[in-house]
Amino acid sequence: MSALPTPFAITLDVGSSRANHTGSWRSERPEYVRLTAPCGAGCPAAEDVQQWLYHAEEGGYEAAWRKIMERNPFPAVCGRVCYHPCETACNRGQLDDAVGINSVERFLGDQAIAHGWTVRAMPPSGRRVLVVGAGPSGLSAAYHLALLGHHVTVRDMAPAAGGMMRYGIPKYRLPREVLDAEVQRIADLGVVFELGHHVGDVVAEQLDGGFDAVFLAVGAQLPQRTYVPAGSAAKILDAIALLRDVEDGSAGPPLLGRRVAVYGGGNTAMDAARTAKRLGADEAVIVYRRTRDHMPAHESELQEALEEGVQVRWLSTIAHADAGTLTIERMELDEHGYPQPTGRFEELEADAVVLATGQVSDLSLLDGVPGIERRDHAVTVDANLMTGHPGLFAGGDMVPAQRTVTVGIGHGRRAAHGIDRWLRGIETEAPVELNDSASETGVGPQPSLTEVPFERLNPWYYSDAPRTVRDQLDAVRRCTTFDEVVLGLDESTALFEARRCLSCGNCLACDNCYGVCPDNAVVKLTPPGAYAYAFDLDFCKGCGLCAQECPCGAIEMHPEPI
Amino acid sequence: MTATRLKYFQTGSFAAGNRLVEPSERSEQAAPGRANAITCGHRACQGCGEALGARYALDAAMRATGGELIAANATGCLEVFSTPYPESSWQLPWIHSLFGNAAAVSTGIAAALRAKGNTRTRVIGQGGDGGTVDIGFACLSGMFERGDDVLFICYDNEAYMNTGVQRSAATPPSARTATTQAVGEAPGAPWGQGKNAPLIALAHEIPYVATATIADLRDLEAKVERAMQIRGARYLHVLVTCPLGWGTASGDAIRVARLAVETGIFPVWEGGDGEVTAVTRIRHRTPVEEYLKLQTRFRHLFTPVRDDATIARIQARADRNIERFGLVGEAGQHPLDLHEEGGS
Amino acid sequence: MPEQLEGSQAVARTVAACRPEVICAYPISPQTHIVEALSRLVKSGALHPCEFVNVESEYAAMSVAIGASATGARAYTATASQGLLYMAEALYNASGLGLPIVMTVANRAIGAPINIWNDHSDSMSQRDSGWIQLYVESNQEAADVHVQAFRIAEALSLPVMVCMDGFILTHAVERVELPDPDRVDAFLPAFEPRQLLDPSAPVTIGAMVGPEAYTEVRYLAHYKQMQALDLIPEVAAAFQQAFGRASGGLLRPYRSSDAETIVVALGSVLGTIEDCVDQLRDDGHRIGAVGLRTFRPWPAEEVRRALEGARHVIVLEKALSVGIGGIVAQNVHRALEGLPITVHTVIAGLGGRPITMASLRSLCERGLAGTLPDTTFLDLEEALVDAEIGRMRGGRRSGPHAENMLRDVGTVGAAGLT
Repeated sequence: MSALPTPFAITLDVGSSRANHTGSWRSERPEYVRLTAPCGAGCPAAEDVQQWLYHAEEGGYEAAWRKIMERNPFPAVCGRVCYHPCETACNRGQLDDAVGINSVERFLGDQAIAHGWTVRAMPPSGRRVLVVGAGPSGLSAAYHLALLGHHVTVRDMAPAAGGMMRYGIPKYRLPREVLDAEVQRIADLGVVFELGHHVGDVVAEQLDGGFDAVFLAVGAQLPQRTYVPAGSAAKILDAIALLRDVEDGSAGPPLLGRRVAVYGGGNTAMDAARTAKRLGADEAVIVYRRTRDHMPAHESELQEALEEGVQVRWLSTIAHADAGTLTIERMELDEHGYPQPTGRFEELEADAVVLATGQVSDLSLLDGVPGIERRDHAVTVDANLMTGHPGLFAGGDMVPAQRTVTVGIGHGRRAAHGIDRWLRGIETEAPVELNDSASETGVGPQPSLTEVPFERLNPWYYSDAPRTVRDQLDAVRRCTTFDEVVLGLDESTALFEARRCLSCGNCLACDNCYGVCPDNAVVKLTPPGAYAYAFDLDFCKGCGLCAQECPCGAIEMHPEPI
Repeated sequence: MTATRLKYFQTGSFAAGNRLVEPSERSEQAAPGRANAITCGHRACQGCGEALGARYALDAAMRATGGELIAANATGCLEVFSTPYPESSWQLPWIHSLFGNAAAVSTGIAAALRAKGNTRTRVIGQGGDGGTVDIGFACLSGMFERGDDVLFICYDNEAYMNTGVQRSAATPPSARTATTQAVGEAPGAPWGQGKNAPLIALAHEIPYVATATIADLRDLEAKVERAMQIRGARYLHVLVTCPLGWGTASGDAIRVARLAVETGIFPVWEGGDGEVTAVTRIRHRTPVEEYLKLQTRFRHLFTPVRDDATIARIQARADRNIERFGLVGEAGQHPLDLHEEGGS
Repeated sequence: MPEQLEGSQAVARTVAACRPEVICAYPISPQTHIVEALSRLVKSGALHPCEFVNVESEYAAMSVAIGASATGARAYTATASQGLLYMAEALYNASGLGLPIVMTVANRAIGAPINIWNDHSDSMSQRDSGWIQLYVESNQEAADVHVQAFRIAEALSLPVMVCMDGFILTHAVERVELPDPDRVDAFLPAFEPRQLLDPSAPVTIGAMVGPEAYTEVRYLAHYKQMQALDLIPEVAAAFQQAFGRASGGLLRPYRSSDAETIVVALGSVLGTIEDCVDQLRDDGHRIGAVGLRTFRPWPAEEVRRALEGARHVIVLEKALSVGIGGIVAQNVHRALEGLPITVHTVIAGLGGRPITMASLRSLCERGLAGTLPDTTFLDLEEALVDAEIGRMRGGRRSGPHAENMLRDVGTVGAAGLT
């Protein structure tokens, strides 16, 4: 090069424009945000689904599982029996199919069992809590209380823990070794199980045992009987009892006959009909008074039942039951969708009628306890699930709520945190917040409670990928056995499914903002700070391209402060 | 049974980067050490598609050449906003001479390098649509026919934006510009005019011609990469949006470019030696109206009275592109976007 | 060793000796023989390394030279007439960017009417382009000045135009002693660019400069060109020392030291003028001549010194600034400001009109007699223009002058090469 200086003004040094801070042009500035993905918002167990999928997407299965375990001790169970409102809420459903969150959860749960992953409790608090009922709600409460360092005793009148998970959900939906493994993990935290123990007077047991607080989760096991006019020879039994007997096995397989009618349209009805087929019935017919649209059973349950040959008599009620024959009255729906009798009758051959018309809780253990308020076979509780009796909490099927395993698990956790606060003397009416325990390991700060609508996403960026449907046992084979019907994902399909997650409202570190900024005003942070990137406000002109082109809606434009 | 793995990478190759793949499989724009051939502090409008397109293309070329690159720039927005004395946004050797001569200056650079026996350093000529398809066309054509070792990149924003949005030979029919105003019986740019520079380039039988947009970064980068592997005259025509001239929201700059592709308005293809050899298929075919209505330069098609006849005419033009280039059909996909079973 | 050579060949071979690395050209008469010869030298391998680029226009030719020069290559091109005008935008750019390109202009008239023959209309039209303009008298000088041109250009980082009369020199076979290539190598150092497109040390060349610095940039361009007034004589002296011949420089007086009347001119016509001076001197007249070699930058002081002893100065020039008259004469006028000297403008040789000894002699005699008007169009066919002026007065639609006058002189249509 020449020693002469380069020509004045027409020849410039490279990169010298960095002296020109174009940030002063800006009227709006971009900000990274963390929002609530609809899956998590829809989870009764308050799982931060997006966050655990984020780990799973990278193959970080243990981290993903631990993320679930912050909220829910039953990934393997829920991965089988949850009706996954997360998937109903999933934004990907508007693109192709919802992410198979439930399948991935099951995969993670099974991985944990296979690898023997364990969790650790906080140091002992010295406090003692009694949990009555070893169903999903009680076990969840026991788990979270134990994590918080409290000594927990669980009492249940059944010989094994699990509640409806064991005695209501058939094996073909929930293999018992899976349930046992997840229960054992809770026991391993030091939770004491006292089974075959009927709690008659809860206040007395609390005093006797020196418990600082009690969580009641006795479930709903009393059949809510519908009156069916019946001849004396008619064989009528309760679905819940049928399922319990099948599980118990001590009395041998229940004798139902060749043709079984199941009365009702809920999930228990589906389980009963499918169980009847497995017990040898040639025909299992569900009698339901309304239409498919109105059926309370989950669509997948009905679908699987139909695939197994279960029949449904829609718009039908049982007018009379006799030995071998039912008289069915045809119904029609009025303008409000309620069934009305038509006066037209037909016959249905059935050797037995299984009633699956709902259950209620046995609240007798609360008789005489001061401060308890009941309404419609349920106990009234506050936002932290405490009853009107101080220190006495209740959840699961015995409080007003949807009755599902996952709702129960959510109650257990909420109650555990309510109890924990109560034990620490924090008097509060405010509910335990969704985010109370989580996200030390997550990317970025706590999510805002703003839920991300599909419209906020930029779906163009996601590769096309229809859902991986879980394999199902061959229908013929599964009708005759109690083998698990729905098989799990293998690793590659689980990974595939996890990666279908759109990461709604949460940065997925795709570098798009970094790539699309015409002003190079996005900086990659190494290591990541609150977010993986930051805006260089010296140069950001506020064009909004990053926000518009963020696949997952994790950038917001805000007016520049004046 | 052979073990198979399902490959799927969430955003695949659509986003700039992807934490699920190796850094080498991410775009250059995802790289922390990308060249930033045009860096910040430039005075392009907010959401400038040309600033973005230039960085996309040049950074990819910098990667492909290991930084052995010289660029010659035509007069225009890109030149003006990047080099007002005393500041330059360029970080590679760069020269601006005139509006119409960028291709010839590039030829001169290439000739000098050749004379000096320098086979490492490569040359890119670049300009807007005015400097390429209008005033620079003779020099461009000359460079093509001589086969000079230059990649010429046209950043096409479909009008003379630097001078205040006047019509160029790349302005689409019916578009409002300052010299094709939205007045009279046939508002906007006239029909039956203009030229298709990429096809004309192809007719020169040069070894590489391609079109691309700022909406598909990986495609653009791959094309630059391929172009840099070839010696001789090459042409890349990149559709870049202009929020000012098109009347779009600045944040919509990429979205509008994407719609230009998805509607068939702007066919994305690749070819050489006189033949089109590959096209980028439309992912989600979209009516042109979705594209037009985001831009005030087409507002007269919708208000005060909707001009169905002209909208249909523009749709027919897009449909012709789709048919002519075969833009609808089984897409050739980037490996990262595949989800069928891969190797064992 | 002296040879009989066509001017174009002499220039081509001398340029080749200067080892240009990039030559770009577009054909236009009368420059074509130069680049044809160079293309042959490159193609044959005799000139290597060098890229010869057949461009599609003069605009491209200058643009290729700009790119090549900015990349550190010694760049050369040649043109004439319309071609020079077509590259006008690029000429200003090359000088503005300070790129030391050397270009031969084979001087030719500008159309319309189209005319391929010699005058200085083309290069004179670009006198403000920022290029150094050197005019040569002979093919020997043409060859020699090209060598000097590269040295001047590269020393100052400014482009240089070597102007030689089209056909009269380019196509004339004369005795020329070509500069010896080895001596050229010694005379001409390797090109060290002041700015360079180089990936190892990148710069931005060609910024946009606004009102805040444009004046300064232009001032510096002027300052830099004015430095050539010192450098050009130095280089000419160095050349003379190296090659033993006087060539180039700012200007050359001929028998003018005691002259009362001095004829000032540029280019090949100086030979005829010097013969005329000799004749008139023989007749006892105190007449001399000054041949301008450098027109840009304008050597005002040297011109003043060369002419200050005269009473009459006759500027004979082959270009016309329509609307004012002489171009060189205006510059001479300025150089003589305040001196009691009458400056006469003579427009001569336009479009290839021969400048005969007879006409010159009669012109000089009128000058010596003090009867020369302020501006003279040498050998103007006054009857012809008077007739046309009469027609014009007769009506607006009198038709094109050129066609009308050609009809008057009996020529059917205009024909020529381009």
